[in-house]
Amino acid sequence: MSEVLSRPIWRHPEFARGARDMVGISMGIAAWGLVTGVAMAKSGLAPGLAILMSLLVFAGSAQLAALPLIVAGAPVWMVWAIALCVNLRFVIFSAQWRPYFAHFPRGVRMLLGYFTADLNYVVFMNRFPVPRPAPEQMPYFWGGVAVNWPSWQLPTLAGLLLADAIPTQWGFGFAGILALLGLMYSLLTDRASWVAAGVAAAAAVATVALPLKLNIIVAIAAAVAVGLVIDHATPAEARPLEDET
Amino acid sequence: MSTWEAVFAIIGLAAITVATRGFFLYPDQELPLPNWLKQGLRYAPLAALAAVVAPEIVVQQGHLLSTYRDARLFAALAATGYFFWRRGILGTIVTGTLVMVALRTGFGW
Repeated sequence: MSEVLSRPIWRHPEFARGARDMVGISMGIAAWGLVTGVAMAKSGLAPGLAILMSLLVFAGSAQLAALPLIVAGAPVWMVWAIALCVNLRFVIFSAQWRPYFAHFPRGVRMLLGYFTADLNYVVFMNRFPVPRPAPEQMPYFWGGVAVNWPSWQLPTLAGLLLADAIPTQWGFGFAGILALLGLMYSLLTDRASWVAAGVAAAAAVATVALPLKLNIIVAIAAAVAVGLVIDHATPAEARPLEDET
Repeated sequence: MSTWEAVFAIIGLAAITVATRGFFLYPDQELPLPNWLKQGLRYAPLAALAAVVAPEIVVQQGHLLSTYRDARLFAALAATGYFFWRRGILGTIVTGTLVMVALRTGFGW
């Protein structure tokens, strides 16, 4: 650890690696941010408030869900309740971040937590599948954040300020979904993961009518349950990538 | 909602970002999560991605697509084809987006 801290974190080779792993998907993040910015501008929220929201909240889907309520003058508690539901998946993710971050003081843990958006999570778990702390994890994490944060924030601001000049009907905002699609494919390593992904996709589509994007929670629960069943029906030696901790 | 009320709401939203992303990071004591749950959670990221992506491709205004003339479908197919051919995410995004924009501007799908 002390060896890592003896030089600036951005000089560590893992910082560059973390940044590089994020660059490939950053185009998708950027297109998505741009579309979110345009949507925020068109919602009727004052530009100053929209910028404040983007910079502070740093959670695209929660922002998009909360916006119409703020604009419509809904009670504050309702705005928060919606955001809480849309963000529920992060609660599940945080259980998985814990073994990597548990040895840090609470303040550091919460700061790290703030930056653990969806893509940081997927990329990091891909790089460090075994839930055990290691000195190269912090440079890798911050390298990813250093690319992810500006590639989300700058296009969001651009979308906010140039909303009328951006032809969203061309559909390039779909690039964000394509980034997630590519990431998802990169996680399909064995038969169980294919089945889990299929179950999640089907469950999310079947329950799409649920309010507050709760279909995502239903889909995660269904996929985890099916994954567990497959794991326990498979002989131990045939299981790939099982962590032994 | 007044400006200050909106600022208050936004600060609360930022707090919710921290509270949800840091939910299981907050306690100092180790959490008594059962082992089977920890194991099963390895499917969570994949499931979350599939759950976000699938409806964006095959659901239109709350219903399953009833027509194949939807640019998203072909964009996703092209992106899928590229991914399993080359395994690069950037190329996947570019291929799918080009198909999307071409179908939208060319055919108005």
